[in-house]
Amino acid sequence: MKKLLLGNEAVARGLFEGGCRVASSYPGTPSTEVTEFISTYDEIVSEWAPNEKVACEVAFGAAVAGARSFCAMKHVGLNVAADPLFTSSYTGVNAGMVIVVADDPGMHSSQNEQDSRHYAQASKIMMLEPADSDECLKYSKLAFELSEKFDTPVLLRLTTRVAHSRSLADVGERNDTGLKPYEKNPQKYVMVPANAKVKHVVVEDRILNQIAYCETEAVANGLNSVEYNDKKIGVITAGICYEYAKEALGDKASYLKLGCVYPLPTKLVEDFCKECETVYVLEELDDYIETHCKKIGLNVIGKEKFTLQGEYSQGMIKKVILGEEATSLKADVDIPARPPVLCAGCPHRGLFYALKKLNVTVSGDIGCYTLGASKPLGMIDTVLCMGGSVSGLHGRNLADPDNAKKSVAVIGDSTFIHSGVTGLIDIAYNNSNSVTIILDNSITGMTGHQQNPTTGFNIKGEPAAAVSLEKLCAAVGINNVFVVDPYNLDECYETIGNALNLNAPAVVISRRPCALLKTVKHNPPLKVNKDKCKSCKMCMKIGCPAISMKDGKAEIDFTQCLGCNVCSQLCKFGAIE
Amino acid sequence: MNKAIMIVGVGGQGTLLASRILGSALLSKGYDVKVSEVHGMSQRGGSVVTYVKYGEKVYSPVIGEGEADLILAFEQLEAARWLSCLKPDGKVIVNTQKIDPMSVVIGDKAYPDAVLDSVRAAGAQVQELDALPLAVEAGSAKAVNVVLIGAMAKNTDIDKEIWLDAVKSCVPTKFLELNLKAFEFGYSSK
Repeated sequence: MKKLLLGNEAVARGLFEGGCRVASSYPGTPSTEVTEFISTYDEIVSEWAPNEKVACEVAFGAAVAGARSFCAMKHVGLNVAADPLFTSSYTGVNAGMVIVVADDPGMHSSQNEQDSRHYAQASKIMMLEPADSDECLKYSKLAFELSEKFDTPVLLRLTTRVAHSRSLADVGERNDTGLKPYEKNPQKYVMVPANAKVKHVVVEDRILNQIAYCETEAVANGLNSVEYNDKKIGVITAGICYEYAKEALGDKASYLKLGCVYPLPTKLVEDFCKECETVYVLEELDDYIETHCKKIGLNVIGKEKFTLQGEYSQGMIKKVILGEEATSLKADVDIPARPPVLCAGCPHRGLFYALKKLNVTVSGDIGCYTLGASKPLGMIDTVLCMGGSVSGLHGRNLADPDNAKKSVAVIGDSTFIHSGVTGLIDIAYNNSNSVTIILDNSITGMTGHQQNPTTGFNIKGEPAAAVSLEKLCAAVGINNVFVVDPYNLDECYETIGNALNLNAPAVVISRRPCALLKTVKHNPPLKVNKDKCKSCKMCMKIGCPAISMKDGKAEIDFTQCLGCNVCSQLCKFGAIE
Repeated sequence: MNKAIMIVGVGGQGTLLASRILGSALLSKGYDVKVSEVHGMSQRGGSVVTYVKYGEKVYSPVIGEGEADLILAFEQLEAARWLSCLKPDGKVIVNTQKIDPMSVVIGDKAYPDAVLDSVRAAGAQVQELDALPLAVEAGSAKAVNVVLIGAMAKNTDIDKEIWLDAVKSCVPTKFLELNLKAFEFGYSSK
């Protein structure tokens, strides 16, 4: 039966139909929904893990135990999981193991544009790349089979447009292969040098077998496909770029579509290039397929005509290959940009305003609160990676001890558990006078409200053990732990100010649930008393999207305001009621 | 011949639900359908866009310059922002609501005057609709999205019954009555 499925939903369906029994992931756009949909299947034991490394190791353990397993992450999450990834290539699996990695060309919701195909090549792990939801479903199922056939984890690479597009997918039945027996085999599973040396030979042989598969069986089953039309233009492509190319060029070109992007076939590519007059390689991000073609001596056109940055489109391909430009309308008006902002009622806003008054340097992290970098708050100095705020602040303070009195780190509850706590241990162990602020909004916010180890609920919303942030900080050796309400500006200002003057490591937990959580009760919207408003614009300094100036007076949008009262604490005239 | 519709607005206005209803209606007509959404960071009050394409066979899920038959804009400025994607003979259905971007809130920029006049002057056919009061009348300011879907439905060759079924399949039962009312307000607007 055909159903309109989100790419991520189709991946989840494919894993389900393929007999997946265990799933462990850490959320990350654009991969998050795969695991959310997985959690709706009772046949699969699913969980949110504290980070991607843990998730990958859980999936590995389950696969060795004999259960088809999976983990999902965004591209930068694979950096975190790289350690188990590389060595699981040597050990191989018992039951099938699939690692879903979602790249974000164009950086809709990411801090970099890395191309995870390099990870497949570097770790020597087979990688499939679907182009639409139907392929998401089929390739996920196939990935389990290939994982067992070649005794290796298999990577499934998505990009944002595939993960977050809905298209028709052919939905089928679940085929549960059951729990495979586990047999003790240290030569296979214990990666000490003597065993790993033997396994490395196995890995290299496996790649040769996989290349042979890509040349033959993968062509027969349609994973790699050749479509000859007009042979003046040949296109070698994979994933979403195939869809762009088909729409742009239709029958005016021939296509070699690679469903398996690691390893890449040689003869298949050579034969295609022989048939076509001019061959283009269409791939977003790096010149990965192009490099392969050039390495085997083929004359193809790639990044000399197409960009290494951002997303491609049918328009771009038409323009470069056919020289056709679209005609479009343009409004003669200066349109102000509309970047994302902290939501009305967001608990992070009050905390950032207190930091602004304290005039501190802020080491930032990954989450909604990264938006504290935007005007008018502008209160983030650095953002690098998950957990990087805490250790980064420690580094700054080592380099410049005077910095400690005027700088803080900010990190969300989920990000702190992910990899902030290790930085805090470094701070405690090496006694740096660093002040870490944990923005505890009781949920993983940016990725769309996932539970995490601090919330007291598991992926299915059932009660679970909750990490006490206070006790955790105390346990690693932080003797000064304070809790503030970010809606209370004076309390935040005073407590953080005191923590900065302590000459000892300190943690301030800024605690209030995300305003978008359905369980959070809101006050009625606030109103501006126009008679009392003196137009001083103090209330605009917090950058709340619900507040604007209308006819010279402040006005509050009742559809957005959640009555948090942060703005009213700034009004010296009592005009916000 | 494939058709392309864009739903544009501000994160939080409910463009995703609107695209889901549209996708569901098109599917019951037996079309091949692709819907491309943006999740994650851009949703937080930023400019958001959803692409909906349908026809016999759809390849690319996205819509580029000069490719959209219709733009359903939840906010005036967003109609102007995405206008370059409209076909020269395309149509814009726009909610006349104005939402200030942060640069306007803090006084760095001004919200431009007569935005929709500029959109018309560029050559687009424009249908205006003040959806917010209609949504409030239906029972919730949040139903702006369904009012707008109603207005768009009137511009398609899909039967009203199919649209109503699509609304029913996409909204929670406890808000159904409100949303059906909102749809009706949009559908009967001029």
